[in-house]
Amino acid sequence: MSDAFLELQQVTVRLPISGELRTVLHDVSFRIAPGEAVGLVGESGSGKSMTARAVARLLPPGAESSGTVLFAGNDVAALKGAALRAFRAEVAVVFQDPRAHINPVRTIGDFMTEALRTNHDVSRADAAAKAVSLLAEVGIADGQRRLEQHPHELSGGLLQRVMIATALLTEPKLLLADEPTTALDVTTQSDVMAILDELRRERGMSMLFITHDLELAGAVCDRTAVMYAGQLVEERTSSALHDDPLHPYTAGLVGARPRIDGDVVRLSAIPGRPRSAFEAPAGCAFNDRCVHVVDDCVASRPALEPLDGGSVRCHRAVELRGRLQEGAAHG
Amino acid sequence: MSAIELDPTVVGPVPATRRWRGVPGLRGTGVAGHLSALVLAIAGVVAVFGQWLAPHDPDLTNLSYAFVGPIEGHPLGFDSQGRDLLSRILAGARSSLLGPTAVVTLAMIVGTFLAVATAWKGGRFDRWVSAGLDVLFAFPAIVLAIIVSVIVEPSLMSATIALSIAYTPYIARVLRSAALRERARDYIAALEVQGLRAWIICVRHLGRNLLPLIVAQGAVLFGYAMVDLAAISFLGLGVRPPQADWGVMVSTGQSGVLQGYPLESLSAGVCIIAVVIAVNILGERLTERANSVTR
Amino acid sequence: MLKFVVRRLMMLVVTLFVASFAIYSAMYLAPGNPIAALLGGRTPTPEAIAVLEERYHLNDPFIVRYLRWVGGALRGDFGVSIQLRQEVSTLISQRIGTTVQLVLYASLIIVVVGVALGIVGGLRKGVLDNVVIVATTVSAAVPSFVASIILLSVFAVNLGWFPALGTGEGFVDQLRHLTLPAVALAFSSIALVARITRSAVREELSREHVQTAVSRGIPYRTVVRRHVMRNAAIPITTVVGITVASLFAASAVVERAFSLNGIGAYLIQAALSKDIAVVQGISLVIVAIFVVVNAIVDFLYAVLDPRVSLGASAA
Ligand SMILES: Nc1ncnc2c1ncn2[C@@H]1O[C@H](COP(=O)(O)OP(=O)(O)OP(=O)(O)O)[C@@H](O)[C@H]1O
Ligand SMILES: [Mg+2]
Repeated sequence: MSDAFLELQQVTVRLPISGELRTVLHDVSFRIAPGEAVGLVGESGSGKSMTARAVARLLPPGAESSGTVLFAGNDVAALKGAALRAFRAEVAVVFQDPRAHINPVRTIGDFMTEALRTNHDVSRADAAAKAVSLLAEVGIADGQRRLEQHPHELSGGLLQRVMIATALLTEPKLLLADEPTTALDVTTQSDVMAILDELRRERGMSMLFITHDLELAGAVCDRTAVMYAGQLVEERTSSALHDDPLHPYTAGLVGARPRIDGDVVRLSAIPGRPRSAFEAPAGCAFNDRCVHVVDDCVASRPALEPLDGGSVRCHRAVELRGRLQEGAAHG
Repeated sequence: MSAIELDPTVVGPVPATRRWRGVPGLRGTGVAGHLSALVLAIAGVVAVFGQWLAPHDPDLTNLSYAFVGPIEGHPLGFDSQGRDLLSRILAGARSSLLGPTAVVTLAMIVGTFLAVATAWKGGRFDRWVSAGLDVLFAFPAIVLAIIVSVIVEPSLMSATIALSIAYTPYIARVLRSAALRERARDYIAALEVQGLRAWIICVRHLGRNLLPLIVAQGAVLFGYAMVDLAAISFLGLGVRPPQADWGVMVSTGQSGVLQGYPLESLSAGVCIIAVVIAVNILGERLTERANSVTR
Repeated sequence: MLKFVVRRLMMLVVTLFVASFAIYSAMYLAPGNPIAALLGGRTPTPEAIAVLEERYHLNDPFIVRYLRWVGGALRGDFGVSIQLRQEVSTLISQRIGTTVQLVLYASLIIVVVGVALGIVGGLRKGVLDNVVIVATTVSAAVPSFVASIILLSVFAVNLGWFPALGTGEGFVDQLRHLTLPAVALAFSSIALVARITRSAVREELSREHVQTAVSRGIPYRTVVRRHVMRNAAIPITTVVGITVASLFAASAVVERAFSLNGIGAYLIQAALSKDIAVVQGISLVIVAIFVVVNAIVDFLYAVLDPRVSLGASAA
């Protein structure tokens, strides 16, 4: 894929955690093509948000990173001044918790139009008009009135729509959506998701879609990457990933979905608790929770190898191919 | 969840270090906390034994030595009356520290009682008491001390009482919200269900869990009390001259300052500042610790 | 919003009434015979006593005297000083100007220096921040009267840059006379304001919405101004307001130290000479200022934080 629009090459991030630098992202590489949506799935603490923050140059203070992030062929780390501003306009972020991510003491109008007015010299009236029309697109009819309101006067679902509309205002080419619906209640979740998906397709934007939910990622993304302990363990087209997982962890995730086909709703087929990168054991990061573990898995860390049109990080991937789905379904 | 906050369950085990973790009771207050405690310990010793530690009689006047600077055997020199300054500083520690100690103790007892009682009973009792405390809040400590000094003869006692009254609403407010938080916890309900008497729960459980906060608040208040009491004595409404007391000494030394002999005021002032710095640092550290435990 | 204002105003009035009652009744307990003070050592004739009792309403029941006093106070009449035989209101108005100037001057210093130090400490980690922490730890512990003495000793006596005592004539001269007292009065409050500012700035900097602004390419300076400082202004306003409110009482100490002729120093003098009417009057004035300034702070808070006004009007 030479037409990569966003490309991460061996991105490693270390953060100061309780006094020492610890690895939270290890050797993360993937690409997103123009107009493509890629899902990033993993348990809490696996480093999904950190990946998005590495892309958007939003790493916490004190972070150390290596590897390269290329956006439209440019090294993101090297951007400065006008180029950085242009990058910020082209890459928009939709955060998980709109209530925390919108300044509570400023009006919705201020929030929405701030970037346009400071960086793009759009007049107040024009910016407001544009905001109102985008609010209409995300299903908020009385936009003019909303612009005068403060965040606490809006429900979580409305706020997330505002956040999405705001992200679209600068006509970005890439959307980083970090669990955009997790903070919402179930019924609003699907509405907001539908809006996001539709607007993205209309505009032909690329998207990195972060979620806990493999199913949801499959529904809106062309390809899905699975993250475990700060590493990508598998990355393939969404349907292949779902029907025929190559990594034992992915298989576990597929099995971990609440299953409503039987009489009981069964959760987690993966023993043990989620890990951050710096807590992972030597060798394969998943070796202490994997049911297929062999000596090799403890001895050396597997690389992310191409297989079946995607890639997987497992010593036994070839050997286990085709047998994992069954194991997950019956195990 | 905030992107910056850390989930402690995810951060993993911190490797055990076999370091000395500090004096029991001061753990987690750092070097500054320990140093502050040391300063306070020294001040405490001087407060108790100062009279005996004093190299000379603190009240012996000798006008021919008035304003004489440091000489052999008199490292701080003499005040306007020719009294030995070092001895007066040492002897003055007692009332200067006793006052704030009494204020903090009194205000703490009454304030904690009111806080726990209002948090426990709630309802109308809570509303009335809280309203009354709000009115008291409107009286700055100095104004209260002045009013009290008109009613009774000004003394350390009158100043102490006035400040205790002034500080009580403050304590009660801080502790009441902590007590409310604590009361809402499950274990209190569990105790109630077991049929334990209210006052036993309050004293044994609520009180004990509030203790770190009480201690921390006590330290913070001690600093304020020290400053306010000294100010009141400085104004002539607390400890009265010729008794040796740091606040009084700052005041009586003022005539010397204007004539270019600042040592009496300065040495007493420095003592006050040192103790207040120590107690502030300790209070801050203890508050941090208390918050990190109760949250 | 309106409901909030009305409720807060009602609270203010009630507090003032209860406080005035407390002040009056406390003074009522004061020992000493006003007649003896009025006569100043002369032997009274029964007629003279009767005249004085009549003039000063000494025989009325307590509650009547209290109501008369409050009624007068509402019209700005606090009775007559037994020592000076003058209207207390006149005595106060002659002196309150000095106190107000001193407090305003000190407030200015507190706001400018305290907020500046706090912002520097909040935005810069490392050396500058540590300097701010150490400086505020020390200055927080310096009582105003000790600061007065040190300033007097250094800048008035040794260096002679500023006059030691008194109020001065004319604006510039007054400013010179009030500089050292204002610094002394401000000294420890600067630390408090700087501390609160610093932690407010820190806290706001770490907020998620700041991250959002950065992610949208808003320049750092603009983010700091429009988001960090704008939001930190809420706690900063509160602490500055409460501090300023308390300065009116605290200024008594500094006025004494610098022999300034303000209401604070006069209050002390009146207390020492048991001039009850003056103590009552000035105490009430100081408490009223304190309560009113605190109410203003609450209003400002509601203006600065849109969440407050809604909460109150919904209640
Ligand atoms: N500001 C920070 N400072 C230090 N460590 C952090 C910070 N933010 C996150 N971490 C750590 O980095 C690791 C990855 O966190 P990240 O937020 O990327 O996880 P995540 O996959 O997004 O999880 P979630 O699903 O809970 O959002 C975790 O171990 C977390 O504890
Ligand atoms: Mg996350």
